[in-house]
Order: sequence, then structure tokens, then C-alpha cells
Amino acid sequence: MPDKVYMMPNPPTPNVPIHFNPTFCTGCNVCVEVCRTDVLMPNPVKKQPPIVLYPDECWYCGICVEDCSIPGSIWMVHPLNQSVVVNWKRKDTGEFFRLGMKNPPPPNTKPPAK
Amino acid sequence: MSSWWNFVQRQASVPEWAYPIRYDVENQVDIDVLVLGGGIAGCHAAINAARQGAKVAIVDKGSIRRSGQGGAGVDHWQAACTNPCSKVTPEEYTRAIVDSFAGYDCGPMRYIQCQESWDTLLDCEKMGVQIRDVRDEFKGAAFRDEATKLLFTYDYENRHTLRVYGHDMKPRLWREIRKLGVQIFDRVMATSLLTQDGRQGTHVVGATGFNVRTGEFYIFKSKATILAMAHPRREWTFSTELNGGSASFADLNIVGDGHAMGWNAGAEFAAMERSMGSSGGFAYIQYGVGYPDNTWYGCTMVDANGKEVRWLSHNGEELKSIAERFQPAPDQKFILMGGGLVGGAIAREVKGNYIDNTLTELIRKGEIKLPLYADLPGLPEHERRAIFGLMVGNEGKTRIPVYDIYTKAGFDPDKDLLQAPVMPPDSYRSPHYPAGSMVPQWREVFGGGLLVDWDLKANLEGLYAGGRMVYGAGEHAGAATSGRYAGRQAAKYALSAHASELDTKQVAQEKARVYAHLNKGRASIGWKELNAGLCRVMQDYCGAFRNEETLQAGLRILNSVKESELTETYAANPHELERVLECHTILTVGEMIMHASLARKASSRFLNFYRLDYPEVDPPEWNKLLPIRLEENQVKVRELPLDYHLREPYAPSYEENYQAHSGL
Ligand code: SF4
Ligand code: SF4
Repeated sequence: MPDKVYMMPNPPTPNVPIHFNPTFCTGCNVCVEVCRTDVLMPNPVKKQPPIVLYPDECWYCGICVEDCSIPGSIWMVHPLNQSVVVNWKRKDTGEFFRLGMKNPPPPNTKPPAK
Repeated sequence: MSSWWNFVQRQASVPEWAYPIRYDVENQVDIDVLVLGGGIAGCHAAINAARQGAKVAIVDKGSIRRSGQGGAGVDHWQAACTNPCSKVTPEEYTRAIVDSFAGYDCGPMRYIQCQESWDTLLDCEKMGVQIRDVRDEFKGAAFRDEATKLLFTYDYENRHTLRVYGHDMKPRLWREIRKLGVQIFDRVMATSLLTQDGRQGTHVVGATGFNVRTGEFYIFKSKATILAMAHPRREWTFSTELNGGSASFADLNIVGDGHAMGWNAGAEFAAMERSMGSSGGFAYIQYGVGYPDNTWYGCTMVDANGKEVRWLSHNGEELKSIAERFQPAPDQKFILMGGGLVGGAIAREVKGNYIDNTLTELIRKGEIKLPLYADLPGLPEHERRAIFGLMVGNEGKTRIPVYDIYTKAGFDPDKDLLQAPVMPPDSYRSPHYPAGSMVPQWREVFGGGLLVDWDLKANLEGLYAGGRMVYGAGEHAGAATSGRYAGRQAAKYALSAHASELDTKQVAQEKARVYAHLNKGRASIGWKELNAGLCRVMQDYCGAFRNEETLQAGLRILNSVKESELTETYAANPHELERVLECHTILTVGEMIMHASLARKASSRFLNFYRLDYPEVDPPEWNKLLPIRLEENQVKVRELPLDYHLREPYAPSYEENYQAHSGL
């Protein structure tokens, strides 16, 4: 069943830079506090993930993700206008991959240099 | 589930503003040193002023823990000329960079950086920032010093620029600030400087601001004030609809508020006529596409069929090995940095190696076929890991946006070639491909800022500056060192100065200006439309080509907007109020740029400044600064030699001036 239909303005783009998983997110709002432009607002419902209010003001810095201590609670998705052309080619096989493709290759788990 | 749209759909109601609304609350704060802007420069300024024993407050539109351009990290640390491995002196480095900008650069700020960059980095290390390869991952690499475990970049021989693990630089500075008892005012937008008797051109005695979440008003009373608020942006282009704020190196908060409030107070600015090209909102993910410059300096590039693009030395000779990309040529003492210097042409003697500069022609002839790829797997392991893992991973906006997201999506630097953007052939003339294709009328302010003396003090008593607020180019270590120095100077001044009374009329007028937009109904325009309208004026009347008539017309139109649309723009909450007031800044900075452009009656390659009515490029008699300021609201222009900082009343050498002023 589709949701009830309201009169809503068009969403600004990029639509949703930041996503939350309510199963893990505790609603602690650390991400809200570190976001420089108040893209994220506390949820009026306590312990629920923040609300993405100003997606069009996101700098895509990833700090909200980096500073969240609960894995899997929050992730960032680049604007399609940029990510659509993030392509790579496997050097020895010539296979093509794209950020956001349907069946991506398995993740590379090597962490950044420490 | 998490967007506003989803929330409204689920709850069938609009959430109330998340913070208490307190437009009627007024706070007064009395301190010795007020730091406006809590980025890298502001944090180092606050720390060093507090260490001198001054009572300090720091103000930022975001939260200082992570705000500012350096808030998302840093991967390299420039001009560390006094580090134990450096073979370049502060004098040599300063001269090289100032010459590269043909003298249009702030000599004192550069020299201070060269003297204090390494000490500042050691200070950051004490705060917990990792600056060495402590786990020996790069043992044996050509860019590592085995004794100190320091890692270098660009010039492995002369070792003046380090690679650092600075992804958490900002939280470390923030902790230090709190430890020192600095009063932190997060989410406060500073809106104006307060001056003695409320008059332009006098002593700076404080500032005003308001909280961008609650709307409450702040009056700061200070003995010394440091402007540390970055450079103007959103001046010629504004388009969040494409990519939000992603396409810009500066986040949306960065508009040049410090420039506008300094100007209104009567401070003097230099090089505001200078600009650089921009691709509007169409840039690519920073550090997230293949390219051979900056953080990716030294990377091998191949074409669609795997054909390698040549690397050349400063004199156009082909380099035979990858190792040579990180070495000066036999006739060079050192190289300044890799690839291009943003907005400048590096002097030959210190120009780095670069990817074939005939690439554009090779693409046209079909000898090189697009798309190009960055061949990370073709690099030696240490080089590959230094680019993708050390630098991409610690540089601003790379840890999550590039390293984490790409590797989770299966990108493997050991196996994969990362594609470069596909652009018109001309766009490959600059090796900085992520910037995208430039359009002449889309520009960005570059290097225009406050004119300072050897104390990093402005023409107004009690006013100091650091970072990109200062005239001349800068980057992370430049912001850190100038902030540090300005913090010391401001504290020294404040500790012996008397507090002045604030002018109540000036405060009341400013308060009225700040809140005026709350009384407009939503029937008028919002901040985005206003911003985009102001950008159109700049594009058309003050773009890549300007003349007397377009500039005068531009000023006329800006003034007309000031009287009509600007006063009518609505703000429905404190956040929108912040954005509308930023449009005031954008308009004021636009006027500054037009006045500075009118003053320069010649074209200049170095300033990227072209007058249709004065086409002669860089005639020698125009190689000078033309500082501008307001006096009783009239624009005053004067002439100043480019090397003013080495002439009377100053000493003739960098070293002597530094010794006399640094206070160390
Ligand atoms: S995403 Fe993380 S930081 Fe943000 S509210 Fe949820 S748990 Fe807290
Ligand atoms: S990515 Fe950066 S700007 Fe965007 S919501 Fe997260 S912290 Fe804010």
C-alpha cells in the first residue's frame, strides 16, 4: 500500500547524504554536535536517529560518520552527480566497477595507515 | 527513515524547531582576547593567547571540535624548514614562494610559517596528533627518515614538507582549548566589529554575534580581537542543488564574514581584485578521482589503453624513473611542491616535476585516449600506500568520503586503476583534475585579505589576523602558524591595554540589522535566491573580464539590491537568519572586489585580473599593492610596494624583522 499522499514541496538535492540504522543508532546526537552546518537535527522522539533537515547544506566531510562510536549506525552517500563517475578498472582483468553499482566487488578491509 | 520528508510522511506533522528560540536574550562577555573563527588559525590563536595568561574567548558558526576547512583532517604539513631533516632555510623557502606569486604574497606570514611550522607541528604532537611512522609501516621508504620516523613528501632530498596522520587534528586542538579554560562559543555567528565611539577606523573594542540555533544575541567586549575567519566564498557561484556543499573546498559557512566586518570597521584590505577560476558546483569528489597532483603527487597516469603519460622535469626533460619524480633536477637546489601551485606559477628554480604539459594536444591528436586512469598498482608499495592510505585517509574529507567508502565498495589500490574525470582536452592543462572544467565568469576570491604588519596586526588598533583572513595565499600549516603568532601578539597587547567602553548606539544598530529579517513573511525571497542573484551580478559585471563601466554598473546594481531585495529577504528560524546575514557579507565583499578592481587600471596575469579597458598585462609601474579601506564610508585607495614589509619602518631582511617582532 502506498503511503497517504500529502502536498509536499520537491525535496532539495542531493536528497539524502546521511543515512541511519535505527537498530544500532542510540540517538546520542554526537553526529548532530559535530556537523558544522546543522544538516542534522535531534529527533523530537528521544533515542531515535537524528533527522536530516538540510541535505543541501552537507559538505560531505564524513565527520558525523567518523565521530560516531557505534558501528553501522550512520553512513554517508555521495551526491549522484559526483559518484556516478567514480569508476575503476581492475588492472589485470580489465573489469569495470562503479561506486554504487548493483553487484559490487567484495569490500577491501585494509584500514588507513596508522 | 531519516530525512525530514520521511519524518513528515510518518508523523503527519512538521517537527518543531529542535532548539529553544531566544531572540530576546542578550549576553555580554568581557575578555582580554576575542578570537573570531574557530578553525585551524583560530584554535592556535586561542591556545597561544591563553598560554600567555590572557582571558580568551573563541567564536565559531559551527562547533569548534570539528569546524573549519581543516576540521576534516590534514595530510601534509608545509614549510617545516626547521625540522631536523630539512635542507632548506626559512629565507630560501619564503623567497621561493613569494617570487612564485610575483611578490603578491604576504611575506611576513610566509616567513613566520617557515620559522614556526615545525615547532607548531611538535606542539600538535604533544596534543596527541600522530606525526611519525611509529608502527614502521614505511620502514626503508625513500621518504622516511629512519632516526626520527618522519615522513616527507614532494622533495625527498630536501625534506621541508611532511606527511602527517592528521585526521583528528581538530578534536585534539579542541581538547587543548578546553584544557586551557578558553571560553568556547559554538554556533555563534559573529556579525560585526565594535569600534571606539562607534566610528570607522578607530580602535576595535569588541564584536557582536548571535546563536544560529537559538537566536540569542552576544556582545563581546575585548582588549584585542583576532580575525581568523577564512576567505570569501559563494561570491560568483552558488548551487547547492547540484552537490550540496560537496564541490567546494570550503563548507557553506565560509563566506568571508571577517572580510565584511573588517571592511565595515575601516580595516585595510589588499589584493581583493585577485581571483581564480572555478567550475561552479560541478567539481568532482575531492581526492576521489585519479589525478597526478597535490595529495596524489607522483602517481603514474595511463590512458584508456594502458599507455603511460610521461612525467617531465622543470625543464621539460622526460623522467626515466618513478623515484626521480620526488627529486629536484640536477640544476635545482630544491623543489617547492608537487605539480602546480594553486593560483601561482612556480618559479623555474623551484618548480616541481609534472605530468606531460602537452597532454591537451596529445589528447586532441588521439595519441592519448580518454579516459585516463591513476595507476596506483604500478607504483612501488610504499608510494601507493602513502597516497592511498596515508594521505587519502588523513587529508580533509578523505577518511570516510574516499578511503572508507571506496574500499567498502571494493576498490583495491593494489589492483585497481582509479579513473580520472573525462573532460574537454583543455581542462587537462592543470593537473588538478578534481577541480573540473572552468568557466571564465565563474570565479573564486583568491588571496585577497587583511593587510598586516610584522605583528600580524591590521591598521586598526587592537585588531590582529591569522589564516586566510590575511592577504596572500595560505594552507593548513600557514593558518596554524599565523594563528599561533597572532595569538601571542594579541595577548601581549591585551595584557597591557585598558578595556574601552562599547558604544551603545553602535550595538543597538547592529542588533536591529541582525533581526530585521525575522519580520518578513515567506512571501518575500529566501537566502538561496538572494545568494544566486548576487552571484549573477558578480559573474556579469565583475567576471573574468571587467571594465570601468561594468564595475560601476555592478556597484550600482549591488546598491539597488541592498535597498530592495536584501531588506525584504525572510528568515524563518535562526539557521535561515545565519544564511541571510551571510548574504549581507557576500554583497559587501562583492563591493570590496569591485572597488579594488576599479583601483587597478592594468591587467595582471599574476592576479588573474583582466581589464578590457586596460589590456596591458603586468606593466611594471602597476606591480604594487593597492590597499583599500573605508573612511567615513568613503573608499580610500593607496599604493604600497609589494615588498612593503622589507622597507621602512621595517628592517631590510626577513630574519631581522622576525627577531624584532616574534617575541620569542
Ligand atoms: S548515528 Fe551515531 S552519533 Fe549519531 S545519534 Fe546515532 S549513535 Fe549517536
Ligand atoms: S558529512 Fe559533514 S556536513 Fe554532512 S552531515 Fe555529516 S558532518 Fe554534516
